[in-house]
Amino acid sequence: MKVVIIGASSAIAHETAKCFARDGADLFLVGRSDEKLAVVADDLRVRGAKNVTTHVQDVADLDSHEDLLQQAITVLGGMDVLYIAHGTLSDQQKSERSVAETLKELNTNGLSVISLLTIAANYFEQQRHGCIAVISSVAGDRGRKSNYVYGTAKAAVSTFLQGLRNRLASSGVTVVTVKPGFVATPMTAHLKQGPLFADAQKVGEGIYNAIQKKKDIVYLPGFWRVIMFVIKSIPEGIFKKLPL
Amino acid sequence: MGSVNNNPQSWGRYPTVKSSQVIPVFWRDELPDLASFDKSILPYGYGRSYGDSCLNDGGVSVDVSRLKNFIAFDEEQGLLRCEAGVSLAEVLEMSVPRGWFVPVTPGTKFVTVGGAIANDVHGKNHHRAGTFGRHVTRFELLRSNGEHLICSPSENAELFRATIGGLGLTGIILWAEFRLKPITNPYIDMESIRFDSLDEFMTLSAESDKDFEYTVSWVDLLIGGPGLCRGKFMRGNNNHSRELATKPLKKRRLPLAVPIDFPSFVLNTYTVKAFNELYYHVQREKFVSKVVSYEPFFYPLDAIHTWNRMYGRKGFFQYQFVVPFETGHDAMRDILRRIQRSGEGSFLTVLKQFGTLKSPGMLSFPRPGLTLALDFTNNGQKTMQLMNDLDHIVEQSNGVVYPAKDARMSPEMFQKFYPQWKEFEQYIDPQFSSSFWRRVTEGASIPTI
Repeated sequence: MKVVIIGASSAIAHETAKCFARDGADLFLVGRSDEKLAVVADDLRVRGAKNVTTHVQDVADLDSHEDLLQQAITVLGGMDVLYIAHGTLSDQQKSERSVAETLKELNTNGLSVISLLTIAANYFEQQRHGCIAVISSVAGDRGRKSNYVYGTAKAAVSTFLQGLRNRLASSGVTVVTVKPGFVATPMTAHLKQGPLFADAQKVGEGIYNAIQKKKDIVYLPGFWRVIMFVIKSIPEGIFKKLPL
Repeated sequence: MGSVNNNPQSWGRYPTVKSSQVIPVFWRDELPDLASFDKSILPYGYGRSYGDSCLNDGGVSVDVSRLKNFIAFDEEQGLLRCEAGVSLAEVLEMSVPRGWFVPVTPGTKFVTVGGAIANDVHGKNHHRAGTFGRHVTRFELLRSNGEHLICSPSENAELFRATIGGLGLTGIILWAEFRLKPITNPYIDMESIRFDSLDEFMTLSAESDKDFEYTVSWVDLLIGGPGLCRGKFMRGNNNHSRELATKPLKKRRLPLAVPIDFPSFVLNTYTVKAFNELYYHVQREKFVSKVVSYEPFFYPLDAIHTWNRMYGRKGFFQYQFVVPFETGHDAMRDILRRIQRSGEGSFLTVLKQFGTLKSPGMLSFPRPGLTLALDFTNNGQKTMQLMNDLDHIVEQSNGVVYPAKDARMSPEMFQKFYPQWKEFEQYIDPQFSSSFWRRVTEGASIPTI
């Protein structure tokens, strides 16, 4: 299996990659830090990955995407899975004070994902098989005051993926929207950890299973599906007064 | 990690940590500046030590459990290098399908490699393979002054010896390299023999150690009588069948988790007696022989997540000691009688003979003799008194108690058992300390129950 992972040094992506490594997959790992990618690559090789190539690229630079994906496909000799897992946890307060900051967050978490998907979709559509999996978030299900800039980016991604799923269904390509809740990773380490925080390993493995089983939209852990159903059902008149 | 009130705790959940700052580490090249902390430091893995050797109340706990990357695996030599937060469970998951096993394993695989080194753990094959520390080739130690030191038998050798069994006090192990042991398949040829007296155990042990790689016994102490105890002697060897190498291993689910703390009366003398009776008789023949996979042979308790909760919220004590062969029989007799008199039931009692292979660790516990490991529910002063009395018997018999499992040994006893503690002290990082070390060297007050 040939797997391209964007944001490969992220905790969740690394856990998913471990599952692919166990299967002896060929991996193309993209991230911003050479050192971190090297650490991850060594780990995955020991775990069984046949070939691991690392590539440093900040995907916030949209102009790099065409070459990036082309290079990945060349190195791997194809692409069976594109797993987009990069992102930042926006600082909501900072975004509120600055348009530039807001747009930067929307670029990183929203536009850069959409850009990669636009290019990849055409490749997968032609190939007529494969899987695109993207880490979105429950935050995209409904905007709330504590993180709506992040939520907006994720909502855009989720909707885009929905359309893509519809388009690619007739080509036999799977599109998986992953919606994790709170996950204990370096990204959330500064937040107060509560009982709702899930283990990166569980979520990472859950994504691997969703890819194998060709799921559409997965909430991880599963109980978030119920929570978000409730959250989405609250009438706006009430929701706008809640301290969420 | 096991945590109560968001503080790291140990497996026995006694003593409880009132306040400890937890600093997680995610990348081995992105480390906190240890010199900048104004409190003492101690690394923390999964908190599977029973007592307070992994705790640092009032100080900083550096959580290294996220340092879980493999670095390199030389499949010709079985030499594995990995970050210190990798668990033995993860090592096995990777290595067993490739024909390699950990050289020494304690009774749980949910311990970090760093923890296995810091406690110089031992297992059922001590008489053949010694402790974990004997199989470590080198590791990288981070000191509070920012120094990264590679330690091995030939480089920083004294620090190497101090860190093995050094309870995390010499610095933070970032990664370690150790030798795995080749196996043909994941199965064990196991035999289980019922015995009805300490003497019968000693005979079985003497004849088994020659032919068997792994030996250990479960013991019922409460039975009393002239035999002093009864139990089941388990011995095994790695199976060598090539056919079994390809048979897929049934992955053991972990469906059992003790969800709540049992009320503390649940594990008491009567229930333990009842369990002992059942467990002894479950094996109907005196002698049973079968082939089992490595999981239930090495890790029977790992099938029950959070089994420590069966001891209730007050927690429990694990008491393990070794007495030399010369004084062994009499010491065991006195100890077993004292326990029987106390009415305290030990639920998981394990008896074994240690071999003569010496560990490189300065504070290493295993030495030739008989070792007994006991669990006692925390019943307050009564339990403390019992263990203090046992300390005396052990001391008089020239034995020692295992510090890595201890939660209440007095400074006087610790210093008698480990006179080399003074030599070890020079290698402790000046900014590192633990609740255990403060208790046994400064005589800091033992927390009241």
